[in-house]
Amino acid sequence: MAMHPQRKQRLMIVVFILCVAALAAGLLGYALKENINLFYPPAEIVSGKAPVGKAIRAGGMVQEGSVQRATDSLKIRFVVTDYSAVVTVEYEGILPDLFAEGEGVVVSGKLAEDGVFYASEVLAKHDETYMPPEVSDALTKSAAKRAELEEKGSL
Amino acid sequence: MSIWTTFHKWGSPRWFYQFSGRLLPWLGGLSLLLLIGGAVWGLALVPPDYKQGNSFRIIYVHVPASAVAMGAYMMMAIAGAIHLIWRMKLAAMVMKAIAPIGASLTFLALLTGAVWGKPTWGTWWVWDARITSVLILFFLYLGVIALHQAFENREAAAKACAVLVIVGAVNIPIIYWSVEWWYSLHQPASIRFIGESSIHPTMLRPLMATMSGMYLFFAWAMLLFTRTEILDRERNTRWVQDIVCSGDKKPESRSVL
Repeated sequence: MAMHPQRKQRLMIVVFILCVAALAAGLLGYALKENINLFYPPAEIVSGKAPVGKAIRAGGMVQEGSVQRATDSLKIRFVVTDYSAVVTVEYEGILPDLFAEGEGVVVSGKLAEDGVFYASEVLAKHDETYMPPEVSDALTKSAAKRAELEEKGSL
Repeated sequence: MSIWTTFHKWGSPRWFYQFSGRLLPWLGGLSLLLLIGGAVWGLALVPPDYKQGNSFRIIYVHVPASAVAMGAYMMMAIAGAIHLIWRMKLAAMVMKAIAPIGASLTFLALLTGAVWGKPTWGTWWVWDARITSVLILFFLYLGVIALHQAFENREAAAKACAVLVIVGAVNIPIIYWSVEWWYSLHQPASIRFIGESSIHPTMLRPLMATMSGMYLFFAWAMLLFTRTEILDRERNTRWVQDIVCSGDKKPESRSVL
């Protein structure tokens, strides 16, 4: 059934409004492309894209075995990686509960000339996985078993 | 019966009022059942998360509120478009009814997100793409409510709101994909339409219960608000006066006794 010409025209207007709004949002997003990102990954910091001495955020994974804690203060040093580059972070203060090696992290602070990131705030970035502890234990065990079997197979 | 006859039937406020009246108790009852059942299931019976412990349980409020807040906006935008194109009065009433419900759900999503963010991330608030775009959604809802109040003339108000709502609809895909397009603190979606979800089935099932409960609650509240709007707008018609008069009879008969 054909649409009434007047209604068809109004439908076109609605489609037009939507297209213009989408275009505006698209241009805005394009212009602000870098600024909408909450943090710089280590690769961009190492390649010099992140400004030195300015308040910025860096994000990535806390490298396994990289956390060094001071014995007499709350000072901590750890390495943040995006698996293509690494940045050393220094921080003094209280860490969120979910902070751990191998977990995601977003730190805010300043990048120094020597390439060390001096953080004033450390936030934990958790992933989208949710499971009961027993399931997590079972997964870790089966992964360990598989690794063991693979080792035997290679021998 | 052609699709257009159905469409025009749906456009009749009187038919809508009668039909929704029969639907209301079912929607309300079922939503209450699912929300309470899902909440007890999720808060008391499901095991804690392997990393977040008990704080993950806020998911059973946060995710349904966020999802329905976005779905409600899409419905409001479609109602706005239908009103602009076909001048259907009922669509304008639905659009007006959705705004306060959507605003409340978005506020709930922001609030529960902040309460969840403090123990897990270590902060109540961060200006990342996901959180900021949801805040914009909240302001859009408030804008629609304010714009409705600003006009004396109902037709002008509905037209202006419809345009605002349609323009704001571009925010919905931005919210949805913000966690994929930009580096954000908020994690990507756990429930996937294609492929396996990254939330364990034991935790997902109660979430599905509160999620569908929240959708039904929205449908219930939306119908209720629309019905109030219908009665207000059609107060000079015979059928509304009949309903109001028959409602008045009860106290009168009591006073006689």
